[in-house]
Amino acid sequence: MPKQTFILNGKPVTVSVNDDVRLLWVLRDLLGVTGPKYGCGINVCKACTSHINGKAFNPCATRVGDLKPKDRVTTIEGLAKTTPGDLHPMQQAWIDRDVVQCGYCQPGQIMQAVALVKRVRREGRDIRDSDLDSIRNICRCGTYVRIREAIEQGARKMR
Amino acid sequence: MTQTSDGSSPSSDLHNDTDAASGGLGRRKFLGYVMAGSTLVVAADITAGRPARAAVPSDPQIPEAYDLEDLQTDSALPTSQLITVTITKEGRAKFALPRTEVGQGIITSTAMILAEELDLPFDKVDVTLAPARPELLLNQLTGGSNTTFSTYTPIRVAAAIARGRLIEAAAILFGTTADRLTTTGGVVSDALGNQATYGQLASAAASQVVEAVEVVLRPKEDFKVIGRPRNRTDARAAVTGQKDFTTDLQVPGAKPTMVCRAPEHGGTPKRLNNRAKILRMPGVTHVAQVPTGIAVRANTFGQCIDAIREMDVTWNNGPVHGWSDATVLNKLRKGELPLVVPDVPVLAQTINTNFAFAFRSSAALETYSAIADVRPDKATIWAGLKVPILAQQRVAEAIGMSQDKVKVNVITGGGSFGHKLFGDHAIEAARISKAMKVPVKLMWHRADEPRQGRLHPMATSRIRATVLNGQVLSFEQRHTSVTTDFSHGLGEMITSQADELDPLGIGGFGFAETIFTLTQELPYNFGLVTQLLNEPLEFEDKFSTGSMRNIYSPDTCVAAELTIDQIANKLGKDPVAFRLSMLKNERVKAALRKVAEEGSWGRKMTPGTAQGVAIHKEYKGCTAVLVEIDTRPQTVNRDLGKETVTGPRVTKVVIAVDAGLVINPRGLEAQMQGGAMDGIALTLTSSCHLKDGRFLEASWDNYFYTRQWNVPPKVEIHIVKSDSDTPGGAGEAAVGSTAAAVACAYARATKRLPTFFPINHGEISFKPKSFVPPVPQSPTNGLKLAR
Repeated sequence: MPKQTFILNGKPVTVSVNDDVRLLWVLRDLLGVTGPKYGCGINVCKACTSHINGKAFNPCATRVGDLKPKDRVTTIEGLAKTTPGDLHPMQQAWIDRDVVQCGYCQPGQIMQAVALVKRVRREGRDIRDSDLDSIRNICRCGTYVRIREAIEQGARKMR
Repeated sequence: MTQTSDGSSPSSDLHNDTDAASGGLGRRKFLGYVMAGSTLVVAADITAGRPARAAVPSDPQIPEAYDLEDLQTDSALPTSQLITVTITKEGRAKFALPRTEVGQGIITSTAMILAEELDLPFDKVDVTLAPARPELLLNQLTGGSNTTFSTYTPIRVAAAIARGRLIEAAAILFGTTADRLTTTGGVVSDALGNQATYGQLASAAASQVVEAVEVVLRPKEDFKVIGRPRNRTDARAAVTGQKDFTTDLQVPGAKPTMVCRAPEHGGTPKRLNNRAKILRMPGVTHVAQVPTGIAVRANTFGQCIDAIREMDVTWNNGPVHGWSDATVLNKLRKGELPLVVPDVPVLAQTINTNFAFAFRSSAALETYSAIADVRPDKATIWAGLKVPILAQQRVAEAIGMSQDKVKVNVITGGGSFGHKLFGDHAIEAARISKAMKVPVKLMWHRADEPRQGRLHPMATSRIRATVLNGQVLSFEQRHTSVTTDFSHGLGEMITSQADELDPLGIGGFGFAETIFTLTQELPYNFGLVTQLLNEPLEFEDKFSTGSMRNIYSPDTCVAAELTIDQIANKLGKDPVAFRLSMLKNERVKAALRKVAEEGSWGRKMTPGTAQGVAIHKEYKGCTAVLVEIDTRPQTVNRDLGKETVTGPRVTKVVIAVDAGLVINPRGLEAQMQGGAMDGIALTLTSSCHLKDGRFLEASWDNYFYTRQWNVPPKVEIHIVKSDSDTPGGAGEAAVGSTAAAVACAYARATKRLPTFFPINHGEISFKPKSFVPPVPQSPTNGLKLAR
C-alpha cells in the first residue's frame, strides 16, 4: 500500500493508504484528528474546512495522494500554534462573541474565517459585507449573526 | 399572578400556573434529601416544585391554562425520582443532567442555576449528561423547550440543601451556630475570620444515612448568577476542535460503517447481489443486510462510500411508491375538516385563506450517527439521543436482549431540531453490530438524511374568519397534516395524563390532536375561535416524520398571522394597530409594542420592500417579530454562483421575547437568533420535493437552509422584562413568529398573498443526485479550489 507523507499541524506524518482516499477520512479515521467534521462529503457544507499552505480547502474533496510531502495541512487543532498566545485571535473572538451553539460546524467556520481575512489582506483591503455573504459554511443552529460579528472582531486582532 | 388590564381573567396571564417556587417564603420551601455517602451527596425529587392543579380553567383555549410544558412536567409527577448533586472533596459540585445538550445551552444554564443556589463559583460546577436512567421514565425527554422549566426547581432544591449542610458542618467546626455563618464563592465564613472551603467540609457534611431535609430557596431578588449573561461552558473545547461528537469518539474496534439505502422513501432491501465483490474492496471488513438497507463496515468512511456505490441491490418499493407532492396535497385537501360557521352570515364579511406547507428535513449538520458494541450478553451504545430511555427499550427489542443489558451513553449532539428525539440511528447501529458481531461506528451519509430521514410533514392550514362592524366574530382554523410521528415519548406522556386532562375536555382526542390542542393558542379577541387538527388515517406509516424545531406552530402561525393581515386590510386597519386592539394578553402586547418601536414600524419603504410583523405565544412565553424584506429583482436575482439560492432577502429582524424568568440572557439571545434563521428558511427556501415515491433532495446544495447570503444584515433581540418567577421555553419560540413575519412582509412587498411554503417550492433549482447508487462520490478538486 502506498505511503502518504505530508506535514500535519507542523509535524511530518506518514500513512499507508491508497491514493484515492479523501484526506478527510485519513485525518479522522486513520490519524484520529477529528476537528474537521463531516457534513456532506461533497464540498458543499464546508464543515471540514482546513488550511493547505495557509489557504482554506476541503479535505473531503482532496485525494491524499495529491498531497506533496512538503504540503502543510493545518486543521483546527493546529490553528492556535500559527500565532502567538494559546488561542488564535479568531478563536478568541469566537469565545468572546459566544458564537457556539452545538459547535459541530464551528471548526470549519473558524478556519474559513481566518483564510478569508488573510485573502482580503493579500488583496490589500478589509473585510466587506459581500465577503461575509459569500461564506458557504452551513450552520444549522443559525449562529450566522454572531459568526459575522466574530469575524469582524477576529480580523481586527489579526495583524 | 397579575390581573390583566383588559379585564380578562387572571388565567390568561402568561405565567398563570401558581408555581410553588414563586412568591413568599411558603412557596420557596421544599423537601429534599441528604444521601448516605463518604462525601456530601444531596438529592431532590425531579418533580419538586410542581403545583397541584385543581381548578378547571374557564377560558376557551386550553394552552392558556395548561400547555405542553405543563403536560411534560406533570407527567413526571407519579414517578417520583431523584436527581443528585455531589460536593467533592476538591470543593466541586457534580451533577448529571437527565437531558441532552444539542446546542441549546442547557449545560451552561444548569451550571448557572447550581452556582447560584450553592454560592459556588461557576467554574467549580461540573454538569454532565446522564446516561439512560430507566427509572426516570418520562423525566428524561429533551423536547418541547421544556428542560429549564421542569428542572429549575429540583436542581435548586438539591443545591440549597447542599449549601445548608455545608454551613451546618462549618458551624460545628467553628463552634458557632449556622445563622452566624455566610457563604460566598465556595467558602463558609464567620465574622471572626474562620473560614472553610466546601471541599474541606464535604466529608464532615456527609451523612451515614438518608435524611429528609426541609429547605428554603433563595429569593430571586438575591440572584447574582441567574439573569446575568454567561458564555457557554464548552466554547473553548468547540473552537479548538476538542469537543467530541459521536463519530469523534474512539471506541476500540468500532470501525466506520454506512448503509446503502433504497431509492424510494421507506424502501427496503430484498438482497445484495454482489456480496463477494463488495467484501473484496479496499478496506472493507464486513457486509450485512439489515431492515433499512445493506450495511458495510470499512477502515474509512470513504471506503464505505466506495463500497455502497458498487453495490448491486434488489430493492422493495417504499410505502409511498408512485406518490408525488401533488398526490399528498390532494389527499390532505380531501381530509380537511369542515368549517362550521356558515360561509356568509347575515351582513358579515368573510375572509377565507388556504395555505400549504411542503415536507421539510429536520436533519442537523451532524448526520444520524451512533456507535454500537453488541456482544452476546450485553450491548453498549453511544449516541446523541433526546429520549435515551426509549432508545434503550427499542435497541433491546431490536437485538432481542433485556433492557437492563443495554447501556446507553448520551453524547452531546451536533444539533437536533427534533431529529434526535428518535433513536433511529442507535437502533440501526445495534442491529448492524449484532449482525456483523463487531463494534460499529455508524454514520448516515448526508444524502440519506432528506431521502430516508425524519421529515416535518406536509400540511395544509385553512382559515375562515368573519368580520362585522370592525369586530372579528369568528376565526376557524383547520390544520390537516401528514401523520406526525410521536413515538418518541410524547405520546406516552399524554396517555399517562389522560385522566387529568379529561376535565379540560380533550381526553377523547388522539395523540396528535391532543398535542395540537395543547400547543395552539391564538391570543386574540376573535369571538368564536376554533383550531382543529386532522391527520388523515391513510398517512399512517407512510412517511418517516417528526417535529422540527417546534411541532405544528410554525405552520399554523404563518397561516393565522397572514390571515390576520388580510382581516386588518379588509377593515382598513394598520397591521400593528389592529393586532394591539385585538390581543388579549398584556405581555404579548408589550412585546409587539417593543418591536414596533425598535423596528420603526410604518417607516416609508421603497417599492418592492416592506415590513411585516407577527406574534406567537407558546411555552409560557411569547415573541413578537418585525422584519423588513427586499423582493426587488436586483436582490432576488443575485448571482452568487451555482448551488446558491438567493431569492428575496430579509434585511432586518427585530425580535422582542418574553421568556419568563431568564437564566442566561446571552443564551436566550442566541436561541432567538437561531430560531429566526429557521423561520426565514421555512418561509423562503427550505423544502423537500416528493416525486414518484422518492425525495429529490440529497444535500445542502439541494436543501436550502439559510446561508450567509440569506442572513439579515440587521438582527436585534430585545428581552422584555418579565415578572415571572419561572423560566419558559426558548429553543422554538422565535421560529414560528419569524416565519410568519417574513411571510407577512413578503405578501406586503409583492402585493400577492403566498399560499404555498416555502415560496420557492414550485421551482426545482437543482439537478437531483443519483438514486442508484444512493450516495454521491466525493469530488477530487479540493486543492484547485483552495483560496
